[in-house]
Amino acid sequence: MNRFLLPLGIFVVLVGFLAVGLTLNPREVPSPLVGKPAPAFSVPQLHDETAKFSPQEMAGKVWLLNVWASWCVSCREEHPILNEFAKTGTTPLVGLNYKDKREDGIRWLARFGNPYLLSAVDSDGRVGINYGVYGVPETYVIDKAGVIRFKQIGPVTPEVLQKKIIPLVQELNK
Amino acid sequence: MNKATILLSVACALFLAHPVLAKEAAPLAEDPAVEQRLIQISTELRCLVCQNESLAGSQAELAQDLRREVRDLIKQGNSDQQVKDFLVSRYGDFVLYRPQLKPTTWLLWGGPFVLLIVGLAVLVNYLRRRSRLIVEAPLSEDEKKRAEVLLKGDQV
Repeated sequence: MNRFLLPLGIFVVLVGFLAVGLTLNPREVPSPLVGKPAPAFSVPQLHDETAKFSPQEMAGKVWLLNVWASWCVSCREEHPILNEFAKTGTTPLVGLNYKDKREDGIRWLARFGNPYLLSAVDSDGRVGINYGVYGVPETYVIDKAGVIRFKQIGPVTPEVLQKKIIPLVQELNK
Repeated sequence: MNKATILLSVACALFLAHPVLAKEAAPLAEDPAVEQRLIQISTELRCLVCQNESLAGSQAELAQDLRREVRDLIKQGNSDQQVKDFLVSRYGDFVLYRPQLKPTTWLLWGGPFVLLIVGLAVLVNYLRRRSRLIVEAPLSEDEKKRAEVLLKGDQV
C-alpha cells in the first residue's frame, strides 16, 4: 500500500499544477509599468489636429487612458461600457487612438458615441510601444502623481469596471 | 534526399525568409550590419501578439513596429543589452525567450538540475537496497556435477 502513496502524491500535485494552469490566461502578461510613472508623450489630438495632448496636462487628477482603434473589434464590445462610465462623470477618460486613420477614428466615435474627454493620436504606434501596448483595447489607471496604478489588457468588462477600476479610482481620489 | 523533401525544404526556407524580407527589403540594403544585429536580437525576443513566435519571425503589426523600434535603437548606437532592456522595461521579462538569472528565476534555471540530483539519489539508493537483497547461494558439489552434465548434454 505504502509504495503507491508516493506516486499517487506526485500525481495529485501534478494534477493540481495543471488545473491551476488551465485557469490562467496566457494573454495576460503582468505589466512592468504598473507602479511606474506613465511615459511622457506629446501627440496631436484626434478632433483638433493643431492641439497637442501630453499626460502632464492631467497632473493632479486621477484619470483613465484607454487605447482604442476603429479597426479593433473588441473595442466595440467595451465601448458601450465606457459610454456608460463616462456619463457617471467619475473620472476623466482620455482615448489614445492607436495606429488608426484620423477620418476612421472620427467616424467611429460619431457612430458609437464618444466617451472621451479627448483622444490623442498615436498614428505610428510609438506611444503604444512606450506603454507596452500589445493587445488593443488596453486601459490604464493613472494617479494624481502620474503613476500607472492599474492596467487592463483587453476589453473593460462591467465586472472589471465595478470591482477593480471604480474602487481604485475612488481610493486614489481620497 | 528525394524530390519531395527538397521541394518541402525549399518551400520552408522561402516561408521562413518571407517575414524578414517582406517590407524590410529597403532597410536591408541600407545597412546590412544593422539588419544582421536586428535579426540576431529579435530572434531572442518573443512577439507578444503571437506568443510562440519570435519577433524576428512574426508578421504581426506590432512585431513590425517593434522591429522598427529595435532598428532605430541599434542605429542610435545602443548595445544589444540596452535594446533588450528597453523592451523588458515596457513588456516585462516575458519578451525574453532566455529568462534572466535572478532570485525569482533560480528555481526555473536550477529546477532541472535539482530534479536530476534527486533522481540520481533515488536510483543509487534503490540499487544499493537491491544489491543487499541478493544473497549469494553457492552450488553444492552435487549441483555442480548436475550442472556440468546438463551443459555437456546441451553441446551435443
